[in-house]
Amino acid sequence: MNKLINWVDERLPIVDAWNKHLAKYYAPKNFNVWYFFGSLAMLVLVNQLVTGIWLTMSYNPSAEGAFASVEYIMRDVEWGWLLRYLHSTGASAFFVVVYLHMFRGLMYGSYQKPRELIWIFGMLIYLVLMAEAFMGYLLPWGQMSYWGAQVIVNLFGAIPVIGEDLSLWIRGDYLISGITLNRFFALHVVALPIVLLGLVVLHILALHEVGSNNPDGIDIKKNKDENGVPKDGIPFHPYYTVHDLLGVAVFFFIFFIVVFYFPEMGGLFLEKPNFEPANNLKTPEHIAPVWYFTPFYAMLRAVTVDLFGLDAKFWGVVVMGAAIAILFVLPWLDKSPVRSIRYKGWLSKIALAIFVVSFIILGYLGIVPATEGRTIAAQILTVLYFLYFILMPFYTRMEKTKPVPERVTG
Amino acid sequence: MRKLIFGLFIAILPALGLAAAPGGPLDTMKPDHTNKESLQRGVALFTNYCMGCHSMEYARYKRVSDDLEIPAELYEENLIFTGAKIGELMKISMGKDMAAGWFGAPPPDLTLVTRVRGESWVYSYLRGFYKDDSRPLGVNNVVFDNVGMPHVMVEMQGLCAVEPRIGVGASVEPLSGNINNADVCPEYAIEGNMSGADFDRAMWDLTNFMSYMGDPVKVERERLGIFVLIFVAIFFIFAYLLNREYWKDVH
Repeated sequence: MNKLINWVDERLPIVDAWNKHLAKYYAPKNFNVWYFFGSLAMLVLVNQLVTGIWLTMSYNPSAEGAFASVEYIMRDVEWGWLLRYLHSTGASAFFVVVYLHMFRGLMYGSYQKPRELIWIFGMLIYLVLMAEAFMGYLLPWGQMSYWGAQVIVNLFGAIPVIGEDLSLWIRGDYLISGITLNRFFALHVVALPIVLLGLVVLHILALHEVGSNNPDGIDIKKNKDENGVPKDGIPFHPYYTVHDLLGVAVFFFIFFIVVFYFPEMGGLFLEKPNFEPANNLKTPEHIAPVWYFTPFYAMLRAVTVDLFGLDAKFWGVVVMGAAIAILFVLPWLDKSPVRSIRYKGWLSKIALAIFVVSFIILGYLGIVPATEGRTIAAQILTVLYFLYFILMPFYTRMEKTKPVPERVTG
Repeated sequence: MRKLIFGLFIAILPALGLAAAPGGPLDTMKPDHTNKESLQRGVALFTNYCMGCHSMEYARYKRVSDDLEIPAELYEENLIFTGAKIGELMKISMGKDMAAGWFGAPPPDLTLVTRVRGESWVYSYLRGFYKDDSRPLGVNNVVFDNVGMPHVMVEMQGLCAVEPRIGVGASVEPLSGNINNADVCPEYAIEGNMSGADFDRAMWDLTNFMSYMGDPVKVERERLGIFVLIFVAIFFIFAYLLNREYWKDVH
């Protein structure tokens, strides 16, 4: 065995890579429960890739055959129902863990210098993930697949001058059709997964270059022992590999409860109208995107005024785009001398709390049909969402921070 | 505090799924896919009363025959009218274009109807027909206004002269012991050959069968789920012990 490793290592630096990324990658010893979600995102990614490959073997990407082939997978393919539910539940689980992972970053300032690139790669992953999920949702060719895609692609039509041609170009047809289904299938199973995997590699390479942040937001590399090992650091393998196994077990327990007992999650993971084949002559009463898009959908609907001679719908799209775009510049908005929420002032704590509550309520408002009162609520919450970012340079500078300890706590 | 916030995050997720369904009141129907007798009566009703117009084209006869423990020969003899082989999909011979001409819209495929509308809706709909001379077929439905479907089960239920009391439910008067609303229909224009309670039971069986067809693997899935969860729980114990052993050096 050793001879084999040596033989390979002389030709490919596997020992070096193993040490750099696992055995001698020193992570802070004070990771808490929030630090599980990065590795869990990797786990879900693997689940999506493996189940996705097997689903592709029986799926028929045509307007005539797509819906029936999904039912064929659910009924006639051995364990097909399990593959499909693992994939559909996995899609939602992906967003659950990614949202919690991002929240961790916000809490502990993991986007701050020198981790700006990690944050940006992460945001790109989030963006690609949204595209991947959106295109994947068209594939079952149910009513909500169809009309959801119709609504979202039509949004591009709101852009002045080029809009109509742009949405035509995306669809490849005058309305969502088998042509759209075919190209979304190609993008969903080939193009976007390749981009996603590439970004994940960049995300991790960038992380391992500068090292992990921690709940105290302390730079552990400042305190090294005589061997150059951070005093508060422990090798990722075996300490965090065995630690993450615990997270995997807990995650799987919740995940499998959903897969085996609540695969539709009350219409949240698999929407009810999607059990009816796509019909371009019959619009569903209420079109709602899947839950992970609903905060942004609520913002889109919250914009109801025409401005500068442009349609409210266009400004809705602008707001929705800005809500995601503003996350990219977050590392440069935070002017606080400390990273972690533990040592920031109460202004930052309140701002983060308001931001999280706004985001969750917006998510709820995006699911339910709009009423006048709900639209006003969505407008207020959209403003609060943006204020978290826009006011950040001010409140992070103004507030009094607590002293940061030399060594990690807990 | 941190654990509390985390717990709230996890707790809020399923709560979001309980968003209420739109529409009027319905009679609640909780299916039981383990009740094979009910499912057998249901498939007989479906084949005789529904399958003239409604297909279940995503399912196969063989699967139903196996799952419901109906011998294949018996099934082919009594429950396949189209001359299809038992391994084939449950399609019907009525063309969609012709049906659209007759009913305004082609009768929908019903394989997944309980997953689109829910069991309670189907159960209420089946018992919701009443006489309405303003409609082309002479009937309307309290759950589905201006329905295009005729009341095919009129020989069993009879034809209700007024709107059936769906979503009210039967109740016992405490003093007299009289049962109120035992029959969803208070007054019949045409008498059927079944009592109100018998018809309710028949429609329960039919809905139960349609629910099974929407999710045929449910019983097996829920049975397997227990073993998977037990496995994960045992895995957790070993992972916990392994983790504790390693982390002794850190703490």
